Amino acid sequence: MINNAIIVGMADLNVTKAPGILTTLGLGSCVGIAIYDPTTKIAGLAHIMLPDSTQIQNNSNIAKFADTAMVKLINDMVMLGAKKLNMKAKIAGGAQMFAFDSTNSSMRIGERNVEAVTRNLQMHKIPLIAKEVGENFGRTVELYADTGNFLIKTIGHGNRTI
Amino acid sequence: MAGVENYGDIHFDVLKEIGNIGAGNAITSLSKMLNKKVDMRVPKVSLVDFKFISDFIGGPENLIIGILIGLSGDVNGIMMFLVEKNSAHRLIDILFSSTSANENDDFSEMELSALQEVGNILSGSYLGSFATLINKSIIPSIPYLAIDMAQAILSVPAIEFGKVSDKVLLIESLFEAENKDVSGFFVLVPDPPSFQTILTSLGVMI
Repeated sequence: MINNAIIVGMADLNVTKAPGILTTLGLGSCVGIAIYDPTTKIAGLAHIMLPDSTQIQNNSNIAKFADTAMVKLINDMVMLGAKKLNMKAKIAGGAQMFAFDSTNSSMRIGERNVEAVTRNLQMHKIPLIAKEVGENFGRTVELYADTGNFLIKTIGHGNRTI
Repeated sequence: MAGVENYGDIHFDVLKEIGNIGAGNAITSLSKMLNKKVDMRVPKVSLVDFKFISDFIGGPENLIIGILIGLSGDVNGIMMFLVEKNSAHRLIDILFSSTSANENDDFSEMELSALQEVGNILSGSYLGSFATLINKSIIPSIPYLAIDMAQAILSVPAIEFGKVSDKVLLIESLFEAENKDVSGFFVLVPDPPSFQTILTSLGVMI
């Protein structure tokens, strides 16, 4: 791992300017939302666990949910000087770590997280330009604020930049 | 009902005892299976932030083998048997009386299937004694196996817990074979409503 990277934990988010790097480790069914403004080189990364804060009673940690995390991520980037109109998104994660019977919707949480993130990006009119989601393996991601490159690392399934 | 965030020593002590009895039984099974003495540490019950969930097993990116069993019936939640890759290879060597496995090798289908079954048997003894202790019915699912980063595997119980809490309550028992070549964890993660069932059936007021 890169020494100067800012680590975003599970149910957490953070923003940075170039040449900063944001990383989140071991995304399973969670989704990493990377938002980037190429004109100001400002980047934001969230590690969400659940699709929808309105379905959950205990929702004090807003970084835990796709809907509330995205609002905060966008606002934090704007506070740092980014423009919402310039923002583009890349996402990773949403795997199904264990081969559960896929008819049970609570077990398809990865897929539901990806759907929720995609829907919320559309609502905010932020184009989703690349994604690396689904399957059954974990992913560590790094978002580079100088380029907007989103590096995805896995164990046994290769690494790639989107 | 008090949330798990408000639990005190008495709750933790009772849950620790479940870990003790459950893992104690599982380790007796393991010891018979391996024909070796297996020791257990005092179980830990901890309420951890999501971001620290994989610290007990070497951090977010540590490669582990996880066998997961879903629980339903009177107690809902997840039971996991977790071992690091080296330990899993040694476990297989002992079971198959082989010494072929290199610690960097991948697992064959048969080895994975054996690991899954070991996880199933051990979790079965853990859950059996747990169910007897609280006098409730616990129905285990079939075992599911994954080999991946610790945090990705532990995101599964974390998400279940995340629906009602900002922390996860882990009942974690570490075991170690005689010469320390096989070690691993049993982790019991009942869902928050099930804690009430467990604690009240043991006479603890919440």
